[in-house]
Amino acid sequence: MSAIGSPVGEAGVGGLCVEDLTVRFGSVTAVDGVTLAVSPGEIVALVGPSGCGKSTLLRAVAGLQPADGRVLWGDVDLSTERVDRRRFGLMFQDHALFAHRDVAENVAFGLRMAGVGADDRALRIREVLDLVGLATHGDRSIDTLSGGEAQRVALARSLAPRPRLLMLDEPLGSLDRTLRDRLAVDLRRILASSGTAAIHVTHDQEEAYAVADRLVVMRDGRIERDGPVAEVWADPRTEFVARFLGHHNVLEPETARALGFPVPRDASGLVVRESAVTLVGHDRTDGPESGSGRLSAVVADVRFRGAISRVELSVESPAGPVSLAVHRSRAPAVGEGVVLRFDPGEVAVLRS
Amino acid sequence: MDRDRPALISVRGLLLRATVVAVPLAFFALFFAYPVGAVVFRGATEGSVLEVIRRPSTIRLLWFTSWQAAVSTLLALAVGLPAAWAVSRVDLPGKRLLRAFLIVPFVLPTLVVGAAVQALSAWSGLGLDGTVAGILVAHTMLNAAVVIRIVGGSWSLLDPSAEEAARTLGASRATVLREVTLPALAPALWSAAGIVFLFCFTSFGVILTVGGPGLPTIETEIWRQAVQRTDFSAAAALSVLQIVVVVALVVVTNALERRAQSVTVRRPAKPAPARSWRRRSAVAAALAPAVVLLIVPLGLLVEQSFAVSGGGHGLANYRALRDTSAGGLFVPAAEAIGNSLTAAVWATAVAVLVGGIAAAAVVYSRSRTGRMLDVALMVPLGTSAVTIGFGILLALGRPPLDLRSSWVIVPLAQALVGTPFVIRTSVAGLRSVDRRQQEAAAVLGATPSRVRLTVDLPVAARSLLVGAAFAFAVSLGEFGATSFLARPDRPTIPVAMFRLLGRPSEALHGQAMALGVVLAVLSLISVMAIERLRPTDRLGW
Repeated sequence: MSAIGSPVGEAGVGGLCVEDLTVRFGSVTAVDGVTLAVSPGEIVALVGPSGCGKSTLLRAVAGLQPADGRVLWGDVDLSTERVDRRRFGLMFQDHALFAHRDVAENVAFGLRMAGVGADDRALRIREVLDLVGLATHGDRSIDTLSGGEAQRVALARSLAPRPRLLMLDEPLGSLDRTLRDRLAVDLRRILASSGTAAIHVTHDQEEAYAVADRLVVMRDGRIERDGPVAEVWADPRTEFVARFLGHHNVLEPETARALGFPVPRDASGLVVRESAVTLVGHDRTDGPESGSGRLSAVVADVRFRGAISRVELSVESPAGPVSLAVHRSRAPAVGEGVVLRFDPGEVAVLRS
Repeated sequence: MDRDRPALISVRGLLLRATVVAVPLAFFALFFAYPVGAVVFRGATEGSVLEVIRRPSTIRLLWFTSWQAAVSTLLALAVGLPAAWAVSRVDLPGKRLLRAFLIVPFVLPTLVVGAAVQALSAWSGLGLDGTVAGILVAHTMLNAAVVIRIVGGSWSLLDPSAEEAARTLGASRATVLREVTLPALAPALWSAAGIVFLFCFTSFGVILTVGGPGLPTIETEIWRQAVQRTDFSAAAALSVLQIVVVVALVVVTNALERRAQSVTVRRPAKPAPARSWRRRSAVAAALAPAVVLLIVPLGLLVEQSFAVSGGGHGLANYRALRDTSAGGLFVPAAEAIGNSLTAAVWATAVAVLVGGIAAAAVVYSRSRTGRMLDVALMVPLGTSAVTIGFGILLALGRPPLDLRSSWVIVPLAQALVGTPFVIRTSVAGLRSVDRRQQEAAAVLGATPSRVRLTVDLPVAARSLLVGAAFAFAVSLGEFGATSFLARPDRPTIPVAMFRLLGRPSEALHGQAMALGVVLAVLSLISVMAIERLRPTDRLGW
């Protein structure tokens, strides 16, 4: 952290607390009674499909969107506070840079609004531009920037006045895959080093894993799952979260039982993680061996995906064939018979 | 743009192309370049330009013309900007009505505005008649809509997230307006201010009817010197001065517009309906000045057209229009209605023919000729109507081409003013033709001419009709050039109104108001036709 006087003051104390936040557009409820807390320094990824209310939630927290419910920092109620006095930063999907100002002037804007003097301002601008790796770009005009550079300038601009909370609305959404992966790592480093609490909105789970400590999954205006990233992935709890996070083997309880998995009575389904499935060998060599944890299957389809291929298996079970997908670098041929072994510890129970 | 269009090739194509360029060029040369050239030549050769310009009276004239235009521009901006915000940022109910309202001032005849301000003056007892205040009110009434259209159009294309970003960075609403919104709107603001200033600088009908003889501008002084004092040299000298100032203005505003960096828009705002009570009252307050300023004087004009001397209301003023004994006119005022309609129909026909051909040349021609034609035929729009009328009087009122005693001179002059409107709407229409539709038709086996017939023509026909309605409305209300050219026994409505308003008689004023209502109704019919035919532009207007 820098030694320059912070315009924000008691930034470390408190933390965001959203209580029962609701936003309605006419008859549509975009955000439906959301309660969410973010501690100082914590990076939360807010994920969900398009139209689930993520962006609206951010705008309501920022104060750009009128909402019912409460928004607090520590124990100070900000619900009726004006946008410009909340000291929450918001980084927009399309960057929303001021086209008629150069890079340094864009970054300076929030500092000027906070009444930071010219000398301190210049120091801070240099500092944040350095942080995002654009130290030499201060006098560049906005329309000469590439997509990645514009994204970094927007980030620098948001960080410059040291907001106590930084919200990022799909900041990497408009960039191509490679750039996105690289910038996600940078973003994580920059956010962590600035120590700001952050809510990162994305519809891309890979990006969420790369940036955040905690994962919050939204669906139809409500929060469906909230927890540490690895934990949420390993135990998604609902079918919606499981499918959204990319689990492809989500089984009905009866199917799972037919394959020999122990399924609790109240479960609505079972996630068989990739790591639960081992291909132990070919049918011909090992012989038709069945029983606990071992099943035979036929390769129904193979799709080349670069380094790994997606293998679709038709598994024989007492209830008929079950389709499972696994990824392998060396795929068997279509029509080949294989034997599978399951690890019952690598499954997660879903409840509705 | 032009490079992507299919070129006209083959011998037949070349001939067609020559005609397409020659007809509008000949029209422009004969009825604009030659007359204006005659004015400049007269002003320059009689050696009086410098002498006239050095006169203290001329300097006073230039000073008054400039400052009244500047103040009018500021007032139009003050009234227009809040309304521009409302139409671009708020999803207003009754959008259709609002769209029509925003076109009205473009086609509302200046004489109607003049009469309406006189009606407002008489009703309110403010004594606006013959004062600068009256001129300013009339100019604001006419030009607020220009600001609303130009700035509102640009505003609705602005990405609101830059404003929101500024808010989250700690800027208050006022700071956002000053530091983010207005700089982004700068090109539109300069463009609107430039156009309004030009309109007010060359304003004629309003100055003459509201300001009266006591408040001359360059434009009215050209007319007074030429028509009342028949001092053609002085009039020509003033015209040259006028042309120089107008050209300088256009150059300066263009430079300012270019210097103000235009903003690339990624995500235009979707106007949101005003839900809260606070927002609704803000919208009402933003729109009220522009709406009230247009509705109230026009309402009073209607009211006074029905006023009967000695109190009460009736049709006396309208009946009197048929009266042959009306002072100031050689014919019953009602005849002016027929004259205006006849002239406007012919003017529209000429404007559609010339403008339609010119639009085709502009859009389909690969060469620079098309673009030059586009610019050339826009020039009459920026030239003062009085200079054009004076020029036609000077150049075409004597051999080899003496049209002075022929009635066709009036529709020809009016066509000159209407043609740019036809070109603008048709060019915009033709350019809006979906290229993929043309390509799809061609891939399906349509020849280039067939493509034009099946894809381009329906769009072109529609925009040509819109242009025609504009040209018709503009011709009906045209006063600057017509005032030089209309024969006393064949007045148009504006000319008759001007004569009647100039008499110190209450009865004749009543007749002028009645004629004003007739003219306003005819203009409104044109607006309604435009509204019906016009495709919504990218603003959804």
